[in-house]
Amino acid sequence: MLLEVKDLNTHYGPSHVLQGVHLEIAEGELVALLGRNGMGKSTTLKSIMGLVKPTSGSIRLDGSEIAGLPPFKVARAGIGYVPEERRIFPGLSVLDNLLLGVKGGRMADPNDPNAWTVERIFHHFPKLKERTHQHGGLLSGGEQQMLAIGRSLMGNPRLLLVDEPSEGLSPIMVQEVRNVLADINRAGVSVLLVEHNLKVALSLASRVYLMSKACVGCQASAEEVKTNAGLRAKYLEA
Amino acid sequence: MYISQAMHGIAYGMILFLIASGLNIIFGMMGILNMAHAAFFMLAGYFCYTVVGITGNFWLGLLIAPVLTACLGVLMERILIRRSHAAGHFGELILTMGVASVIVALIKKIWGTESLPLRVPDILQGMVSIAGMNYPIYRLFVIGLALGVLALMMLLLYRTRLGKIVRAAVSDRDMVNALGININLVFMFVFGVGTWMAGLAGVVIAPLLTVFPGLADQVGMDAFIVVVTGGLGSLAGAFIVAIIFGLLNSFGVQFVSQFAPVLMVAFMALVLAFRPNGLFGAKDR
Repeated sequence: MLLEVKDLNTHYGPSHVLQGVHLEIAEGELVALLGRNGMGKSTTLKSIMGLVKPTSGSIRLDGSEIAGLPPFKVARAGIGYVPEERRIFPGLSVLDNLLLGVKGGRMADPNDPNAWTVERIFHHFPKLKERTHQHGGLLSGGEQQMLAIGRSLMGNPRLLLVDEPSEGLSPIMVQEVRNVLADINRAGVSVLLVEHNLKVALSLASRVYLMSKACVGCQASAEEVKTNAGLRAKYLEA
Repeated sequence: MYISQAMHGIAYGMILFLIASGLNIIFGMMGILNMAHAAFFMLAGYFCYTVVGITGNFWLGLLIAPVLTACLGVLMERILIRRSHAAGHFGELILTMGVASVIVALIKKIWGTESLPLRVPDILQGMVSIAGMNYPIYRLFVIGLALGVLALMMLLLYRTRLGKIVRAAVSDRDMVNALGININLVFMFVFGVGTWMAGLAGVVIAPLLTVFPGLADQVGMDAFIVVVTGGLGSLAGAFIVAIIFGLLNSFGVQFVSQFAPVLMVAFMALVLAFRPNGLFGAKDR
């Protein structure tokens, strides 16, 4: 297993947000994390990333424990993070935003076909190339999403945590982001995706974890969620 | 006469700018209002006094004293501030105020309470005549030095990866952290640079005002007013307001000497009445 999360508990002050989350992601998989608002999907990603300190439980990346490590160590261990609010650095140019994603400032070997480079990011996101020297804050929502994904790829992660990538985007942009995520996954990067757009999530993911108060980390195949209306009613629909 | 007064004002403004931008850079990135900043500034003046006393070389003092001050600043950040982080910004405020008191008390213990004069080297003394006007060399030197530091900071912030990391961290330090950058190291560096700038200001002001335990209160308050009026976190704001204040101060003393101290505060009140975040302050801080 690339990522193994076992019995993860996280508190925000007195409120027990994550109550024993289990999940597993194999190398090369794209897995979706679904559930209603407030069930702790974003908190799960933040806990894995180290942005929120889990109270207990284990997070293993390739067998080594990373629970409780500071975010920069988690990132260096091979996990990339694309946050819900995109969190582009508004005063920095598109290029500088991408370059900050390079770990330790060391560029990947240009001869390695699997390494993510600025050229490769621009190849996937031609719109960003047109705006190379513009400030990140001047981009549209969709472009910022592209930049946030590109920035995390520059660190050459093995696993990408992507939080609500389609939120607030136009339907065309949603489709574009979806295709890019599929491309990235095909290129060998594993993805843990939190996405409220069910169609997008199910078209990408091979497996799905459902989060609810009653059942944390219940598993289902994407096919089951697609066909089983009862399951959707129970876990996903408001 | 006016020229000399203006030179005096601009030189003082530049020194205020050095202190204020150190304060700004630390606040902008870490959200810490370092109340010990002015104490570090004063401490550097004393360090320089001692270095000059031992070696007889002002240049050595200019080099060593700010670096020594920066090291102490870094130590404070590592040992004290990082621990109090959980207590929030209020805790940091109280903590740095405490450090300031300790520094002032130690200074009185070690160097005493009288004013200590610092002589500048002969090469910086006297006047230089440019286009028929006489300019005091030391003031020109202070202005040049401050402009040099400003240029260096701009280069660092806008041309280096480290500077870009600092600018990114000002807007979102968690995200910088999540990209694999050790933000604590960056904080340490920023704190060092900030206190180094205060230290440099402390050294160059010493020959103008002498070194005495009230220096931190006198100049530190002016520097705080500059930061607040220019807008917390804004280097450009600090620069412009520092020069305005320097000029207000020197011409104020010249023409309405009793009201000179009031001028700066009045200017601050006027600015804050219309722009509560300062001239160049961000809206939502």
